[in-house]
Amino acid sequence: MNVLIDKFDVFAGGFWLTLQICILAAIGALILGAIVAVLRISPVPPLRAVGTSYVNVFRNMPLTVVMFFAAFGLPALGSNADFLRIPVIDSLFTRLGTDLPYFRFALIALVLYTAAFVCEALRSGVNAVPAGQAEAARSLGLTFGQNLRHVVLPQSWQASVVPLGSVIIAMIKNSALAGFFGVVGDLSATADQLTGAEGYAFVPVAIGISIGYLIMTVPLGALLDRIEKRQAVAR
Amino acid sequence: MSQQTSVLYDVPGPRQRRITLISSIVAGVVLLVGAYFLIYRPLDRNGQLSMELWGPLVDPSNENFSQVWDRIGLGFKNTLIAAALAIVSSLVIGTLLALLRIQLKSLTRRRFVGMATPLAYLLRGLSALLSAITRVCVEVFRGLPVVITIFFVARGFPEFGLYFDNLWYLVIGLTIYNSVVIGEILRSGMEGLPGGQAEAAAAIGLSPTQTTRMILLPQAFRIMLPALISQLVVVLKDTSLGFIISYEETLNIGKQIIGVLGNPIQVYVVIAVLFIVVNYSLSKLAQYVQRRLARGRKTAATPAQNPPPAALMSQAEGGAGS
Repeated sequence: MNVLIDKFDVFAGGFWLTLQICILAAIGALILGAIVAVLRISPVPPLRAVGTSYVNVFRNMPLTVVMFFAAFGLPALGSNADFLRIPVIDSLFTRLGTDLPYFRFALIALVLYTAAFVCEALRSGVNAVPAGQAEAARSLGLTFGQNLRHVVLPQSWQASVVPLGSVIIAMIKNSALAGFFGVVGDLSATADQLTGAEGYAFVPVAIGISIGYLIMTVPLGALLDRIEKRQAVAR
Repeated sequence: MSQQTSVLYDVPGPRQRRITLISSIVAGVVLLVGAYFLIYRPLDRNGQLSMELWGPLVDPSNENFSQVWDRIGLGFKNTLIAAALAIVSSLVIGTLLALLRIQLKSLTRRRFVGMATPLAYLLRGLSALLSAITRVCVEVFRGLPVVITIFFVARGFPEFGLYFDNLWYLVIGLTIYNSVVIGEILRSGMEGLPGGQAEAAAAIGLSPTQTTRMILLPQAFRIMLPALISQLVVVLKDTSLGFIISYEETLNIGKQIIGVLGNPIQVYVVIAVLFIVVNYSLSKLAQYVQRRLARGRKTAATPAQNPPPAALMSQAEGGAGS
């Protein structure tokens, strides 16, 4: 059990790095997912086709393949993903600005992959709104924008909050893959490093790493359960 | 498509149809131009479209073609073997887990009347404890990433003197995660059944075991079939994690091919297409089954079954690669 105390800073550092990936990837995926969702429900067929094929491609491909694309395909194109070195943000999330690009690659892969699921969560929310609601709003003379803002989106938001939360939980778990794609020092890479190269006993390290992930996933899951139960009662 | 459009828009009139047509053409042109500059040009500039890199994968007359596809076929076969083993064992274990949790839950409600008071308290404490332990195990293994579970299995088992093939490490790791998920899917399916089902079974004299086996479980499977099929997709995608323990599945083979031929983008495009085709057909199958089931329930007297919790379903689905 000593390794937990001796190497506490390593575990904490790994936790913080994993949390950084998760926060950045969640923000990116929510934005990109919202854009794809807008494409998917737009009235223009080509845009809808783009949204649909994006979702189909990324939902049916293993995240590992996306990661490989990012980690080997981007360098083959001569890109280092330098556009993610955003001046102010990279002083807070220091890994964004480093010369080793793997943090950025992992981030890109996670965002691209998760956005497909975010889009589906948002779209299922919009689909959950009864058609009569929007029809009633239109017959009152609300414009398309007013209709969305006052009638459809508030209700669809309620229906999509739980699926969105689950997508985020899944994304936190998916972020573990980054450690196997050259991101040094996140929780899963720490597990590899401590049990492999540094030869610490397996069980304490496993416990430490598990706690790191469970701290993030279990409370979020419990919160979602609560929200869902409350919604079920309210309906 | 038509359904989601009708929520937000009226049926378009002639003017609206014209606007849609014009904006479709504009959007199509913009998309094509964008694809040319953002995808085709960078690829072309870096020589990624040359036949030298694509040849071994698409050109049958290439010297490496048959060898490359033999290897990819082998990898895909290994992927399918691992996925099949994992899904079968997680179905079996998941079902057992669901039954165990349901039984323990009903046990904790029993008061054990007619026994000596200390014994009754002991039994009640014991069943509460067991129920709590299974609950904690479920939460832990559901909250851990699959990668980490597979990694723990592959690193941890040898420490305790258990040596297997890499295939079995992968299958065990996948089974641990997916059996817990499937167990929860089935359990919520059984608990979502109308209470009258179990009551009616008890009224005609079925024992609790018979009730579960003959009444509850088949119905839970039926309701949850679409969710179970999408879990199959998840397992198939997660098999690709075998590369971290160097199991020879599709991606690992892909890496070997790239090591020789040096064409990462091309190989990964081919592998991605393989996965997409298989998984897309599986998802379509799930949708078809769901429609069939919805259509099959014709009798008006059948009470509305509670849908499974959205969180559980979408987490299971979004859990791909996790």
